[in-house]
Amino acid sequence: MEGLNLIAAGLACVAMAGAGIGVGTIFGNYLSAAIRNPSAAQQQFGNLIFGFAVTEALGIFGFAIALILIYAPPG
Amino acid sequence: MLQVATDPMHQFQVARWIPFEIGGVDLSFTNSAFFMVLGVLLIIGFFAWALSRPQTVPSRKQSLAEIWYGFVAGIVKDVNHDAGKPFVPLIFTIFSFIFVANILGMLPYAFTSTSHIVVTGALAIFTFLLVVVIGVWKNGFGFLKVFVPSGVPWYILWFVVIIEVFSFLSRPLSLGMRLFANMLGGHVALKVFAGFVPQLITGLGILGAGMAAALVMPLVIGVTALEFLVAFLQAYVFAILACVYLNDALHPGGH
Repeated sequence: MEGLNLIAAGLACVAMAGAGIGVGTIFGNYLSAAIRNPSAAQQQFGNLIFGFAVTEALGIFGFAIALILIYAPPG
Repeated sequence: MLQVATDPMHQFQVARWIPFEIGGVDLSFTNSAFFMVLGVLLIIGFFAWALSRPQTVPSRKQSLAEIWYGFVAGIVKDVNHDAGKPFVPLIFTIFSFIFVANILGMLPYAFTSTSHIVVTGALAIFTFLLVVVIGVWKNGFGFLKVFVPSGVPWYILWFVVIIEVFSFLSRPLSLGMRLFANMLGGHVALKVFAGFVPQLITGLGILGAGMAAALVMPLVIGVTALEFLVAFLQAYVFAILACVYLNDALHPGGH
């Protein structure tokens, strides 16, 4: 069954949808909170980036699995 | 005539510039090593030049160096407060190295050393081991409190501890993977978008050239600008995560 690893790699990219929802939630909530209280926004910027980085990691794990499936398919 | 590779993965090939081997270990001086050395020399050169005649009222070049240093010192101060003071030079070194390596990679025909997992992974494993060593050195067995969050009822505590252990062990993986995948993904996307131009011109001739000029060029410029942002942001994220992980070593059980 040649080429099924490419389909699997495409399926692994579904992980990016989850990361997209997560990152969107984080930035959206930060923005709405920052509009309500702009003076507190600057102090929370570090927390924003931390949450973004941790969420984004999950999408990147999916990307890594896609790369493994394309360039070093098991079996 | 300049030969241009159209394969988007070609830019990540490591080339041996000065082959060199000790006892079966390949220690060749590669293009990756060259750009890392270049980045370090640029950082040292810049700060030696900017701080050559320090003044109380800083000159322009001196305030540039002070803003750079103050930015990193600010990250450490925000996350670790006073306990993080001894680690400012370390975080500053990590941030500057990654930032300059990322920016150097944005130059055409330059090699992005941070787009290889061996480089980012080594940085991440170093950070992880540093956290463990400092945590054990400062707290002894008290460092194990990092796996036991306070205020959790006993009947789910065992499960939370398992999750905490796994999340602690996946840190070097996610730290190295994030930088590597962002740089790799961004550069591949840039190359793929740029590849539309020759495809349009060879496929559609003069019409294709017009479409490339009107549609593809603004897209490529936009993606390039975004990549500069990512180059900075990933260095910032690496620095901030290193600080957050160091905080666990300094105050275990404080989360």
